[in-house]
Amino acid sequence: MNAINQSGWKPEMVGEGRHDVKTYTGNKALMLEEPLIFEIGNNSTTGVDLAVSPKVISRLGNLERHRDIALPGLSEPEAVRHYTRLSRQNYAIDLGFFPLGSCTMKHNPRLNEKVARMAGFADVHPMQPIETVQGALAVINELAVWLIELTGMHGVAMTPKAGAHGELCGILCIKAALEARGDKRSVILVPESAHGTNPATAAFAGFSVENIPATSEGRVDLAALKSRLGPDVAGVMITNPNTCGLFERDMKAISDAVHAAGGYVYCDGANFNAIVGRVRPGDLGIDAMHINLHKTFSTPHGGGGPGSGPVVLSEALSPFGPLPFTERHADGHFSLVEEETAGERHPHSFGRMTAFHGQMGMFTRALSYIMSHGADGLRQVAEDAVLNANYILRSLEDVLDAPFAHSGPCMHEALFSDDGMAEGFSTLDIAKGLIDEGYHPMTVYFPLVVHGAMLVEPTETESKATLDQFIGALRSVAERAKAGDPLLKSAPHHAPRRRLDETQAARKPILVWREPEQAVAAE
Amino acid sequence: MSRYYTEDHEWIDVDGETATVGITDYAQSQLGDIVFAEVPATGATLKKGGDAAVVESVKAASDVYAPVSGVVTEGNDALEGDPALVNSDPEGEGWFFKLTLSDTSELDTLMDAAAYKAFVDGL
Repeated sequence: MNAINQSGWKPEMVGEGRHDVKTYTGNKALMLEEPLIFEIGNNSTTGVDLAVSPKVISRLGNLERHRDIALPGLSEPEAVRHYTRLSRQNYAIDLGFFPLGSCTMKHNPRLNEKVARMAGFADVHPMQPIETVQGALAVINELAVWLIELTGMHGVAMTPKAGAHGELCGILCIKAALEARGDKRSVILVPESAHGTNPATAAFAGFSVENIPATSEGRVDLAALKSRLGPDVAGVMITNPNTCGLFERDMKAISDAVHAAGGYVYCDGANFNAIVGRVRPGDLGIDAMHINLHKTFSTPHGGGGPGSGPVVLSEALSPFGPLPFTERHADGHFSLVEEETAGERHPHSFGRMTAFHGQMGMFTRALSYIMSHGADGLRQVAEDAVLNANYILRSLEDVLDAPFAHSGPCMHEALFSDDGMAEGFSTLDIAKGLIDEGYHPMTVYFPLVVHGAMLVEPTETESKATLDQFIGALRSVAERAKAGDPLLKSAPHHAPRRRLDETQAARKPILVWREPEQAVAAE
Repeated sequence: MSRYYTEDHEWIDVDGETATVGITDYAQSQLGDIVFAEVPATGATLKKGGDAAVVESVKAASDVYAPVSGVVTEGNDALEGDPALVNSDPEGEGWFFKLTLSDTSELDTLMDAAAYKAFVDGL
């Protein structure tokens, strides 16, 4: 026999996961307790050798600081360990399945990262002479061409830096178009099934917002929308696919009705990943739509990188789009249309939203993603995202209430409600139970049109085996909620901290660290 | 004094031309623990059905709509320091604002207690 453990000794498993087995450090093996950086750092030490500063004559007029600023002094390994330990308490897409989906993070292909780190893209500065950054401008231009082609639109504003910034860009285009024709329309209609940022954007741009109800199917009530249209309506903001995970199949009829009434159609394209390669928003009569490169085109966001929200525009709105943008000349040379040349090239622009050209690092990653997938690959992205979401919906609809399951297939997201749980059990308990199972919970309590909503977006990159394990875990937790398992009520049991008091944290947040004696004095 | 209700779960106590507005017990039970409330400024002009105040719970942020049109005479400043009043006494100490009605006939579109109870039971 060749076994390594020839003695037959088995490790002692008694006490596994038990909280009554205390350690001197408070650590549980690889699960480390980590204090705040202020608590481990020492104010009187520093990790770097700083030269004693020379005496200078102060010009601050007695405003100079005399008190110690109490920065925690740590050596380099101490600082590195602190943040690495904290990162180990975090959940990440590189650790496991994320049912929050692309809304928070989907897999970021490593090829994109390799391309973005190439010196010609990574080490350029927006104020370099334009002749020295022709490759970077070519990337922006090539990506713009792809986005126009994929959406069937007329133009694209590449500079907006995230989804809501893109919404603002689109709404400002609508505002500029109305002003150009001397039209004082002041109302933007927003359906209940839209993203929460939509009404905020419209209000920020100076419009008043009115809600349009959803049907029992979870889609925009077309009749209600039509009856509200009139000479005061500047436009509508519709999220498609919507927050119920459904495709707005009346989109063309909605656009036609809005256009006939003299308004414009803004589409929140955050969920474009469900339809890319399958549906061209331009064919649906949409005038402006932002595309989240950090969702559909897999660029990192959240803690990992900035968002990027280019806005595709219809022929009617393109003249009003922001500066700057790239222009390709017949000889293959690229230039930028900026204020100096806008008078001749783009006289109706509403202005500028950003200092420079947009999120260059995201442009290279998104173009890398698009070119490595190709048109057929992108189409498969949408198909797999939708297939995976429907697999989750149909695998769990017997144990979780799926309020729109009767509305047909879902798009990239499966929506459940808290209906049918035992008295006193809610969506929050399911979310906490999933933490014990080793998953980050899905989106909870959104959208508001569903009671105790649970919105699961698996994304296209997950395998059937991964989905099956998650379905098993969610099924198990849901069954415990239906049976009224009291242990679920106090979950999570295995996380570094148990159930936190979210109410107290929101009502009486502690936002500033104080030394213990100061904290006592401040009470 | 008489109390009316809206389909958006606001209540309004009307005494002649003046009224007090808050959200119903049903509304607070659905929102969960309230962590923030923003009341309108004195003198603000409200339009029936328009945004009047904001209420945030651990689950969601919602608008409180004006049940009728009017001019705000007082906001409940106590909610700033103690938003939990909306949970503990939604239809009393947890009121949001007082206003002077601009059109008392708008009250005709609201529900009385019995109609509101039937409305909530049907949800």
